[in-house]
Amino acid sequence: MMASSYNAKEEVDGHHPGSSNHGGTGPINSKKPDNTAFKQQRLPAWQPILTAGTVLPAFFVIGLIFIPIGIGLYVTSNNIKEFEIDYTGAEPNSPCYVCAQNFSWNSTTPCFCTVNFTLQQPFENNIYMYYGLSNFYQNHRRYVKSRDDKQLNGDSKALEEPSSDCEPYRKSGGAPVAPCGAIANSLFNDTLDLSYVETNGTSTPIELQKSGIAWWTDKHVKFKNPPGSNLSVAFQNTVKPVNWRRPVYELDPSNPDNNGFINEDLIVWMRTAALPTFRKLYRIIPKKSGAVSTLPSGSYSLRIAYNYPVLSFDGRKRMILSTISWMGGKNPFLGIAYITVGSICFFLGIVLLIINHKYGNRSSSAEIPN
Amino acid sequence: MTVLKDFQEQWFPLILPLHRKKTQSVGGRSKHRWTEEERKVKANDREYNEKFQYASNCIMTSKYNILTFLPVNLFEQFQEVANTYFLFLLILQLIPQISSLSWFTTIVPLALVLSITAVKDATDDYFRHKSDNQVNNRQSQVLIRGSLQNEKWMNVRVGDIIKLENNQFVAADVLLLSSSEPHGLCYIETAELDGETNMKVRQSVPVTAELGDPNNLATFNGEVVCEPPNNKLDRFCGSLYWRDRKYLLTNQNMLLRGCVLRNTEACYGLVIFAGPDTKLMQNSGRTKFKRTSIDRLMNTLVLWIFGFLVCMGVILAVGNAVWEKEVGSLFQSYLPWDPPVDNFLFSAFLSFWSYVIILNTVVPISLYVSVEVIRLGHSYFINWDRQMFCSQCNTAAEARTTTLNEELGQVEYIFSDKTGTLTQNIMSFNKCSINGQTYGERTDQMGTQPKRLDFSPFNPLADPQFCFYDDKLLESVKVGDVHTHEFFRLLSLCHTVMSEEKSEGHLVYKAQSPDEGALVTAARNFGFVFRSRTPGTITTSEMGRTVTYSLLAILDFNNIRKRMSVIVRNPEGRIRLYCKGADTVLLERLHPSNLELMTVTSDHLNEYGADGLRTLALAFRDLSEEEWEVWSESHRFAGKATDCREDRLAASYDLIEQDMMLLGATAIEDKLQEGVPETIALLSLTNIKIWVLTGDKQETAVNIGYSCKMLTDDMAEVFIISGHTVQSVRQELRSARDRMMELSRSRDGGKRGGMEGWAEACFMGNGFQQDQEGDVGGGKVFHSPPLPSPPSSFMDSISGEFGLVVNGHSLAHALEADMEAEFVSTACACKAIICCRVTPLQKAQVVELIKKHKKAVTLAIGDGANDVSMIKSAHIGVGISGQEGIQAVLASDYSFAQFRFLQRLLLVHGRWSYLRMCRFLCYFFYKNFAFTMVHFWFGFFCGFSAQTVYDQYFITLYNIVYTSLPVLAMGIFDQDVPDHRSLEYPKLYEPGQLNLLFNKKEFFICIAQGIYTSVVLFFVPYAVLSNATQSNGVPLADYQTFAISTATALVIVVSVQIALDTGFWTVINHMFVWGSLGFYFTIMFALHSQTLFRIFPNQFHFVVPKTHCCSRSCG
Repeated sequence: MMASSYNAKEEVDGHHPGSSNHGGTGPINSKKPDNTAFKQQRLPAWQPILTAGTVLPAFFVIGLIFIPIGIGLYVTSNNIKEFEIDYTGAEPNSPCYVCAQNFSWNSTTPCFCTVNFTLQQPFENNIYMYYGLSNFYQNHRRYVKSRDDKQLNGDSKALEEPSSDCEPYRKSGGAPVAPCGAIANSLFNDTLDLSYVETNGTSTPIELQKSGIAWWTDKHVKFKNPPGSNLSVAFQNTVKPVNWRRPVYELDPSNPDNNGFINEDLIVWMRTAALPTFRKLYRIIPKKSGAVSTLPSGSYSLRIAYNYPVLSFDGRKRMILSTISWMGGKNPFLGIAYITVGSICFFLGIVLLIINHKYGNRSSSAEIPN
Repeated sequence: MTVLKDFQEQWFPLILPLHRKKTQSVGGRSKHRWTEEERKVKANDREYNEKFQYASNCIMTSKYNILTFLPVNLFEQFQEVANTYFLFLLILQLIPQISSLSWFTTIVPLALVLSITAVKDATDDYFRHKSDNQVNNRQSQVLIRGSLQNEKWMNVRVGDIIKLENNQFVAADVLLLSSSEPHGLCYIETAELDGETNMKVRQSVPVTAELGDPNNLATFNGEVVCEPPNNKLDRFCGSLYWRDRKYLLTNQNMLLRGCVLRNTEACYGLVIFAGPDTKLMQNSGRTKFKRTSIDRLMNTLVLWIFGFLVCMGVILAVGNAVWEKEVGSLFQSYLPWDPPVDNFLFSAFLSFWSYVIILNTVVPISLYVSVEVIRLGHSYFINWDRQMFCSQCNTAAEARTTTLNEELGQVEYIFSDKTGTLTQNIMSFNKCSINGQTYGERTDQMGTQPKRLDFSPFNPLADPQFCFYDDKLLESVKVGDVHTHEFFRLLSLCHTVMSEEKSEGHLVYKAQSPDEGALVTAARNFGFVFRSRTPGTITTSEMGRTVTYSLLAILDFNNIRKRMSVIVRNPEGRIRLYCKGADTVLLERLHPSNLELMTVTSDHLNEYGADGLRTLALAFRDLSEEEWEVWSESHRFAGKATDCREDRLAASYDLIEQDMMLLGATAIEDKLQEGVPETIALLSLTNIKIWVLTGDKQETAVNIGYSCKMLTDDMAEVFIISGHTVQSVRQELRSARDRMMELSRSRDGGKRGGMEGWAEACFMGNGFQQDQEGDVGGGKVFHSPPLPSPPSSFMDSISGEFGLVVNGHSLAHALEADMEAEFVSTACACKAIICCRVTPLQKAQVVELIKKHKKAVTLAIGDGANDVSMIKSAHIGVGISGQEGIQAVLASDYSFAQFRFLQRLLLVHGRWSYLRMCRFLCYFFYKNFAFTMVHFWFGFFCGFSAQTVYDQYFITLYNIVYTSLPVLAMGIFDQDVPDHRSLEYPKLYEPGQLNLLFNKKEFFICIAQGIYTSVVLFFVPYAVLSNATQSNGVPLADYQTFAISTATALVIVVSVQIALDTGFWTVINHMFVWGSLGFYFTIMFALHSQTLFRIFPNQFHFVVPKTHCCSRSCG
């Protein structure tokens, strides 16, 4: 016998849908569904059907738009001048070899080394000086989260009690670390100085601008010093990160406004890189007035206070000089990508056009859109 | 709201169908009761009955109360594997060393899903509580210590004697003790139980029938010993011990809970089963869970994806081990290992789990919810369809389950009942043959509409709805032809119809079968009006004169006897037996003198049969007083027998139904429903094979087959299998196949002779191995033909259309284990199959057979209780809410009023559902692979540290906000062609049957596309951003920029993809697609705003200074 899906309600009502026809309730109680476009699935709709007439022009239009853009980007990128030099000191003949080998965190006197290089072409306009690191995992999960944004935003409570995310760089000897966390602890602390070496051997130091290297919001919104008239007072109960040589309020002795959490070098470092090979803006060489090149071609020397060890994990350190255009720095890939996509579209368009021309009329009449 | 009925049970039907405990313990029955083997009930003795701890009459269909709701509901929800899985992920995320994502990325969707389900469960349960309360608090009169007291239903106990009054519901399963009507009879309506609306008679055991009043009943102390509670509605077996005597009890003595007492002033009954033990409640078990093939495929795919997930986790964990060993251990001066981690292997182990957390979004929780929502939407569209609404019976189509919609687009076999499904099941008395004279031919040679006879001047009691066109018959009645009078007298006496005379002259007949009703109505209009019956008499009005016959015996109808008789004594005292029945059995029992009349009549019968009419032969026999006495003695004796009573009774009936005089024959027309031939013609164009399974005889069935265009004259041949033995059936099947082969060979002109020889060779070996090939995904499209795939090749080699008619007795042989393969191979080569004289069980067996041998979707459609088994065993059951109650509807997955709606259900709704679901799944897997695989690529650049590419808010919201609605809109509203086109071009249905739109191949294409997209999404920003700087010299390769660029590109790319996939842009699609994009940008700017950062600097640490326009469009 069957099992009817019984529920008590049916027993209560005493009638069921199947027997309602006996009741003769008439049109007043009609169960006829509403005649709305929605319920009858007749909503007005746009039914795009991809035909040769729409697809082929689309391919050609995409191709024709992308290829010029790509060419423009590529040419612009090629006009940007970039100079890069590796000063890690991994090879014995490298000037920084000694510094790299004899490194210890505890040494109080910095190790200096000087790298000489030659610019073949003059660099015009503003020149941006970057330091680049390779094989440095700023994007490691544990590294990325090891910071306390509240503390960096000047919150005095977080200054006293940093977030647990900062472990093991949260407290040192019972006192809170400011700024806490692995990111801050590993702040890049090489000092780079650039001088122009004239043919007679005299070297002129080149003025490097320290401000304007961080994101505006980072500097003005995200990072704030803790309240207090004096930075050393504000940070009095904290200790510096273990790897640091100086406390946070003495990061930039030359400019008192560039100290504490709003030190731009710190801010730049705290904006973690997405990839293990990255560059960060170090200094800006502002353009000189008149028609003089900012950096004329010739010999230069780079003096490095070698503080930052990378050799232990096969890291690399670089110094990069670059000019800038409207599209930013040198970036040939973008142009190539546009050209490639544009060409593929254009090529596909031609192939499809031929196919359509050859076979298109044969099936279109009998085809039912499906 | 039946659509919602099973929504909650199938909330997450995926992964593994474990833990489906809900099916048991319906009602408040205590689980740890011992299994009852025998029930003993003593009347009026509560102490005695209490020691058995029988269930009380309180029913509880609700599952929770206020206190238990939260724990029990949560417990039930976490029995779903998917929910538990997400809970497990959540726990993993709470471990800081593993947690690669914040806990809220999982808890937000999980809480959303859990709370939606909980709210739905709570509302359902609230209504159950309400109805339980109402039922439990009904009043009933219980006999307690000799007096009747009002008690609530829930306080009625087993062993109580209760009083029932007219039109009351029966409170429990009771044994009828006595009634106000003579002989302890009472009438009940069982519509709640089995959906039959006619009245049924129940009779008490004679000894208790005499216990008329409460005082006598109070002293009644009989003991009933009977079977334990079960769900068989038509069976009861027990005995009553009283005053040292034993009385047998059958179903005939029982009033079941849910019945309504009719036409009976009052009756008393002894409660045997109460509450959850009643047959009604025992029958309320949940219906079998049906799954679609897409469901099963999805289960497999989800398991594969989990395998894939684990593989990726392992790869990345190995990567992590290598990295930590080679680089990470050296990098410790900047990034020391977390405290518990002391070596790279442990780190790798943790990183595996971290990656499981990150990558789990390949199968997001929203997949299950979305699938359910889409199906629910499709179900509502079915319910709302005006073109599936029957205005005559005011019934709209109803999707009773929400889980099967897309399978409606894949049906290959339809099994249909005939009566009531193809036909209207409204019987009209169409023709008759009286004494060799046939009546009822329509004389419409003039081309005018034949005139309908008007009975009202002749007979005030006539039913105005009755139609008859041949006035010769009326003349014959009027002139007083003896045979004609006797013919109609038989029709007015020999039946089991009940009449209700609501007002003078306004008769309503309640018949068990529409045929009977039609015959009695015919007699009524021709002046032989059945007025009323009592157990001993039948009162008729013959040509205006009231006559009361005393009813001596009713020789009941059953499927074996195929006839029924009554023995009546007319007022003059003459005893006569009237018999009506199937011509095959009746013509054998005629007096030899009838030979001549018999030949004429059987000619007529054949004619009627050929017209597709349902025929009955009528005969009578005069009995002398002595004959009657002798027979009634033997009959009484048979009735008292305790064993094989049925057989003995049948034998005694057989004795008297001999040497009868033929009166004539009736022919009843069961009109085809509107649009049936068109529907069948259309369905057969879609390659759907239609099997008609009917209880009718062969001629009628074949005829209906022709009239509804199943069988056509274009068919090459129609084979008839009607052998009585296994050998003959086998022989007939073989020769049919040979003939098919031969015909197609002659037709093809030996075009592919080699092929045929091979096919034939396969056949000789009876090698039928369809079930080896054609998996869910591949369908029959891709199977490479090495030798053992004969059936398809056999079918390929058959050209031309064939029909097959199988008789019931042959079918029984054909369904035997060693024959079934042969039967299937023959039957499946035919376009239309008609099985006649089929029993309900055979219907189900045929369906099971096809399910077993063909990996095809089957649909069974029927309207009566005899179709229930078939409806339940087919993949999809469709119930016609017609004349025969609601049993079929209750068992079905879809129900509507007319057969012709089937074409719309399959070709429009089914096709769309399938299309939408396939497109939905393809896109869904695509978008999640595109989303998730980016993490995999990034793993190689972040030291396999399980750092995510996107920020956690994006991960949380991606599946539930940014991309859910457009794909949902496509899944619900998409249309490739308008509905009328899919009816015009039935071939459009084929992709569904061949499973082309979503199968393993399609799945891999989607996955490949998703992975490709993820590669582009990761490596293009990688290459673009790694050296890029802003125009103020600040580098762009920081993590935040990278995350936002990739996320933005992802949202744009998947939106463009859904835009390309959407074929039917309604306002809602536009709203959702553009809305989602807009929403993404709004949320992104809001999350990166300075305000939010100022409030929660640690959570929203991404402050954005200006917009980044780094989106790349990728061809």
